[in-house]
Amino acid sequence: MNALSSPAIAVRTNDLGKTYGKGEGMVHALKGVNFEALCGELLMIVGPSGCGKTTLLSVICGTLGHDTGSVVVFGQDLEELSPGKLTAFRGKNVGFVFQQFNLIPTWTALDNVTVPLLLNGATQIEARAAAAELLREVGLAEKLDVLPTQLSGGQQQRVAIARALVHRPRLLICDEPTAALDAASGRKVLELIRERVCSPERCVIVVTHDSRIFPFADRIAEMEDGQVKAIHTAGEWKSHYV
Amino acid sequence: MLRLALKMLFGDRAKYGMLVCGLSFCALLMSQQTSVFCGLLLWTTATVRNIRVPIWVADAKVEQVNEVVSMREIEVQRVRSVPGVQWAVPLYWGIQQARLPDGTFQAIQLTGLDGSSLVGRPAVMRAGRVEDLRLPNAVIVDQVAISKFAKRGIRLKIGTVFEINDKEARVVGICETQRSFLGQPYVFTTYSRALEYAPPQRKLLSFVLVQPKPGQDVATLVRRISDLGGLRAFEGEAFGWGTLMWYVKNTGIPISFGTVVLLGLVVGVAIAGQTFYLFVHENMRFLAALKAMGATFGILAKMVLLQAFTVGFIGYGTGVGLAALFGNLVLQKGEPPFYMPWQILVFTGGVILVICSLSAAVGLIKIARTEAAMVFK
Repeated sequence: MNALSSPAIAVRTNDLGKTYGKGEGMVHALKGVNFEALCGELLMIVGPSGCGKTTLLSVICGTLGHDTGSVVVFGQDLEELSPGKLTAFRGKNVGFVFQQFNLIPTWTALDNVTVPLLLNGATQIEARAAAAELLREVGLAEKLDVLPTQLSGGQQQRVAIARALVHRPRLLICDEPTAALDAASGRKVLELIRERVCSPERCVIVVTHDSRIFPFADRIAEMEDGQVKAIHTAGEWKSHYV
Repeated sequence: MLRLALKMLFGDRAKYGMLVCGLSFCALLMSQQTSVFCGLLLWTTATVRNIRVPIWVADAKVEQVNEVVSMREIEVQRVRSVPGVQWAVPLYWGIQQARLPDGTFQAIQLTGLDGSSLVGRPAVMRAGRVEDLRLPNAVIVDQVAISKFAKRGIRLKIGTVFEINDKEARVVGICETQRSFLGQPYVFTTYSRALEYAPPQRKLLSFVLVQPKPGQDVATLVRRISDLGGLRAFEGEAFGWGTLMWYVKNTGIPISFGTVVLLGLVVGVAIAGQTFYLFVHENMRFLAALKAMGATFGILAKMVLLQAFTVGFIGYGTGVGLAALFGNLVLQKGEPPFYMPWQILVFTGGVILVICSLSAAVGLIKIARTEAAMVFK
C-alpha cells in the first residue's frame, strides 16, 4: 500500500466513468471525471439533479464500483482493494453524513454514535465513553439516551455528525447534509463541520443543492451531465453567480 | 454490535411481538398436537404396559393387543409344552358392561388374571391387596373407574358392589393403571371369574402370557411358539411397538394430527418468515448505512442471525411452555392423552430452527444484494 505518498491530495479521480443499465437503457452517470480534493479543505459538489453528484460521491467513498478510470483516496487506489479490505478501509478512513441522517430509530443517540468505533474493534466501554464525549462536544450532553425520533432535525444531524467523526476519519462525506433542515439548523450544521472537522489532515466533501451553505466551502466543483465542468474557489463562485 | 442488534429487534415492538406470537403459536401447535398424538398412541399400548410380561401369545391372526381373537383353553397347554417356557398362564381380556347401582351402564375393560399366580396384576395399588382378588366375586378397579363412576355420583370404594352381566362384582381394591385407548376403566378379576362374567362363548381365552426359562433367548422362544401353528407370539416390548405402528398404518390418526402439525409449520413460516422479511426490509436503509460505515456482511449476518434465533428461542420457549402447561392440566384430569418425550421438544426446536434459518436466509440474501450506495439514494 502506497498510502500517504501524496498527503496534500485526499481524493483524486482520473477519467472516472460509471454507467447504469445496458443496451438502449444505458445511462452514463459519470463521463471521465477528473478532479482532486485536498487535505484540509471543504469541497462542495454542486449541480442539477441527475448530473452524477451522488454517483461520484458513492464511487469516491467506495460504496459503488466504477467502470473506467481510477479513484485514489489518501494514496490508495480503491480498485486494488478486495471487497473486504475496501470495507475495512472505508470503515477506518471515511465518515458519512446522510441527507436523511440514517440514525437507527430504536437505538439511542449514544448507541448510534458508538457504531463506527465498534466496527473498528473498540470495546463497548471505550466506544460509549468516546461517543458520549463527542456528543457532549456537539451540544447534546442531555440527549445521550434519547431516541432519534425524540430529537429535532438539527439535533439528529448533530448526532449523525458525531457518528461520522467519532472514529476520526480522514475523509468526511456529506450527502445533502442540510436538505432536511431549516436555514438556521443548516447553518449550524455547517459551522459544526467547519469547526470540528476541517483540519490539515482531513478532507470534507459535501454534495449539496443548498446555495445558502456555499459560503462555507473552500472550493466548489460544478457538475453537469456526468462531468466536473469547473472548480471554483468560494470567492470565484460568489463573483460568478451571486 | 450484537447488543445493538438485539436492541434493534426489541425496539420494534410490533414486529418483535408478531414474530414471537407467530413462532410461539407454531411451537405450541406442533408440540401440543404431537404430544397428544404420542399420548394417544401410548394409550393403544396400555394393556401391554399394564400386564408387563416378556411374551404374549395370541391367535395367529392377531396383529395388535387391542384386537382379540379368542382361542381354545388347550392353547395354554400347548404353549407350556414348548421347550424354554418357564410358565404360561391364561388371560381374559374383553370389553363388558358394568351395571352401576343407579341402574346405568358403563363399559369396562375386564381383565381376568390367572387365579393362582395373579400374573399381570396391577403394578400400583391405591387401596386394598391384589391377593384379595381370590375372594368371592372380587374385582379390583382402576383410577379411571373411580372418576367415571364419580361423574354419575357413585363413590367407588372397597366394598362397593356393582354388576357385570347380572353377576355381582365386589370392589376389593383400587389400583393405578395406564389408561386404555378407548378410555374404559380396567376391572381386574381372576381368569375363572372373568369367564363367568363374560357371555358364554365356545372360546374365551384372549392371550397366553409366557415367562421364558432363565437364560432362554426370548426371540428364539417366540419363534418356537409361533411354529406351533395357529398361534402368534410377541415379545412384550415388540408387541407394544407393533400395536402402536398398527394404529399409525391402519387409522387416520397420523394424518389428522399431521395436518394440524403441518398447519402449525405453515403458520410459523408464513407469519415469522414474512414478518422477519419485513423487519429486515424496513431496516434495509439502516443496514446499508452500517455497510457503508464499514460493517462487513459477516457482521450484518451475525446481527440478523442473532435476531432471528432470539425470536426463535423466545417463541419456542413460550410455545413449548404453554404446551407443557396444557399437558400438566390435562394430565391432572386424565384426558385428553398427553405425552411429551424429549424427542418432541427436539423436533419442535428443530422446526423452529429451520423456520428462523429460512427467515434469516431470506433477509441475508436481501442484505447481500443491497449495495451500500443505496443510502445515498
